[in-house]
This record gives sequence, structure tokens and C-alpha cells, in this order.
Amino acid sequence: MTDPTNPRAPEPTAPTDADLPGTSLAESRRRLLLEALGIGVSAAGFGFVFGLAARDAVYSPIEAIAMSTIVFAGAAQFAAVGYVASGLAWPGVVFLTALLNARHLLYSAALAPWLREVPFWRRAVMAHLLTDEAFALTIGHFRRVGRTDERGYWIAAIASTFIPWNLATIGGVLLGAQIPDPARFGIDIIFPAAMIGLAVGLVTGRRELVAAITGAGVGVVVALLTAPSIGIVVGGVIGPAVGLLVPASLARETAPLGTPASADRYAMPGTHLSRGSEPPRNPFDLPDPTDPNEEGPP
Amino acid sequence: MSTELVLLAVLMFAVTYPTRALGLLTPGLERLPRVAFDYLQLVGPAVLAAIAAVNVIVVTDDAGTPSFHVGVEWLAVLVCLAITAWRKNLLFGLIAAVAVVVIARETGLAAMPA
Repeated sequence: MTDPTNPRAPEPTAPTDADLPGTSLAESRRRLLLEALGIGVSAAGFGFVFGLAARDAVYSPIEAIAMSTIVFAGAAQFAAVGYVASGLAWPGVVFLTALLNARHLLYSAALAPWLREVPFWRRAVMAHLLTDEAFALTIGHFRRVGRTDERGYWIAAIASTFIPWNLATIGGVLLGAQIPDPARFGIDIIFPAAMIGLAVGLVTGRRELVAAITGAGVGVVVALLTAPSIGIVVGGVIGPAVGLLVPASLARETAPLGTPASADRYAMPGTHLSRGSEPPRNPFDLPDPTDPNEEGPP
Repeated sequence: MSTELVLLAVLMFAVTYPTRALGLLTPGLERLPRVAFDYLQLVGPAVLAAIAAVNVIVVTDDAGTPSFHVGVEWLAVLVCLAITAWRKNLLFGLIAAVAVVVIARETGLAAMPA
């Protein structure tokens, strides 16, 4: 049997009643809604902080709202606040955004076998709503029911993240305007603190740790020698390259990118969905044909 | 009201959407070299750590000249890092970081940022 998160796996077959595991659709949807509620609360809190940070970086409300609806990628949006504040030219912002969001390639590849039967245009809309949180919720739900549940994807993507994130952004950017002296309330520290907190959530092995330390060190040195915006770009490009020098045998990776465990960690820290319940799996590793415990396709 | 950054949002969308859509709309993504995916896994921590470090350690004067800065912001960010790593909760970390800065500034231990 093969893993649907493995893009190299054989084509999944159409679901039949005999394929369905123990969890019923209704039962799994109830669990999905509960998980979505937790994620939604966190997304709202974090979206509010983004609104405050954006306003602190002199975004207008329309600009902050545009970021949350059009880009809809939390880490990249926060990073863009820093890029803009540091005066980084737009091509640099776009380049770093592409790098930072490239991880979505793996999520989308992992979900593809499940959503193959969904009409093209709906998959195209689904793609815009594919976040770390949506992936984590959806892949868990699909595995529980053993087949595709399109409504489950919409619940995971829209109810848990898109709506709360955007409403909270509006709240943050508008209420931030009512604060007369942001520095007095420590609002200027929210952005760098959020960045380091998000980075902590991504360190799942020694390679990530080396990449983060190198990125920070190189970034600061280059920023002092040139300009902050250049330092961020150089640190962000060189850090991963140095991280790759750590041999895989020493990496001690606990949550390879593209696995539910990874999405779980990359989701808002503190909102872990399935701690301990999902073994880390890499969608780009071939399944072990001798392993009788391999999960079945939908 | 400024709308200049709306165009930036559209450009950021233009590079984000393909990464989300490629796997869902086209087959064969898994044929990319493994090292490319390994690199991608490391980009997030490196970029975010670089942003945080540059933000609290490097300041620029009116002429745009960067200089080394030491301040309570270091402590606040380290507190956030420690709490987030310990409690796995970023919101707790952010609250603690803000508390450190507010207390230090209100008691006169740290200056307000220029």
C-alpha cells in the first residue's frame, strides 16, 4: 500500500465503501471543525498582530488588507513588513517571498492525488487557499476518512484561516491607528519577536538550526557593511546553503517539509494539531513495499 | 490613503500562487532534484532569523548609514525565543517580549527608540 502524500506513489483508485476506514465522514468533519476552531482563534490573534505590525510599518489599511487577501501567506507577509521597512527594493521583496513560499510546492504535491477528481477551476481556487494550516487540517481529515472530502478542504482553508486572518488584519490595522505612541506600548518589538518565534517553529533539526544561525550572523555582518535590506537577502540565501552542509545522517530531522508533522510545526506555534499522532514522513521518499503498515490510497 | 503596496501584494501573489498551484494543477513535481527540496526546507528559518537579527542589531541613521545597536530589544527577542521554544506558543512569547520592553522603557532602564 502507498502513501497519498507521496507524489511518486501509484495513482490512487476511486474510493469504495470497502476502502473506508473506521472514522465516518461526519465524525471526522466534527473533529475537523474542532481543530479548525483552534486554528481559527490562533489565526485571528496572529492576523491582528500582523495588522498592528503593518500599520507600524506605515502600511495603509487598504495595503494591509490587500496583503492578507491577495498574498495570504503569514510568514511572507510578516517578512514583507520588514523588507518594506528596511527599504528593500521590490524585486528583492518578490524574490524573498518566492523563496519563503516555495514550501507550498510540497503541500500541493502531497494533496494532488486526493484532489485529482475535483474540477480544474475549483482546484485553481483551492490553490490560493493552500496554507500550512489548511494542509495540516486537510491531510489529517482525508486520511481519517480514507477518501477525498472537498467540503472538508473548504472548511480547513476558509473557515479556519482565510476568514479569521483577514478579519483580524482589518482589526489590527484599524485599531492600531488609535494607539498614540506605539513605542511606549512596545509595539515596535512585535515584528522582530514574531520573526524569531516563527523561526523557532521551523527549526526541526540541526540543518535548520545551522541555517538560522548562519542566516542571522551573515545577515547582520552584511547589513553592517552595506545596508539592512541587503543583509537580509544575503543571510536568507547563504543560510540554507550552509545548512545543507550538515550531513543528512547528523541532521536529526524530526519533521521533513511536506509532511503533516512539518505543517503542524509550521502552523502558528502553539496550535499543534497532532503532536505525537503522526510520524514524520517525507513525501519524496518512496514507500517501503515490505512495510505492511503503509497506509492505503484513497 | 496610499495604495502603492497593493501592487507589491499582486507581485508577491504572482510568485506565491504558482508554488501552491503547481502540484495541484500539473503532474511531475516530484521529479525536481531532492537537494532543491532540502534547500527550500531551510529557507524559512534562515530568512526569518536574518530579519529578526538585523531588525534588533542594526540601526540606520538619517543618512542611512548602518551601525551596531545594543538595547533592551535584544533581551526582549531572546525572551520571546526562549518562551516560544519552551511553551511552543508564539503568542506567549510575544506578550513576554512586549512586557520586557514596556517595563524597561517605563522605568527608564531603556530609552524610547529614535
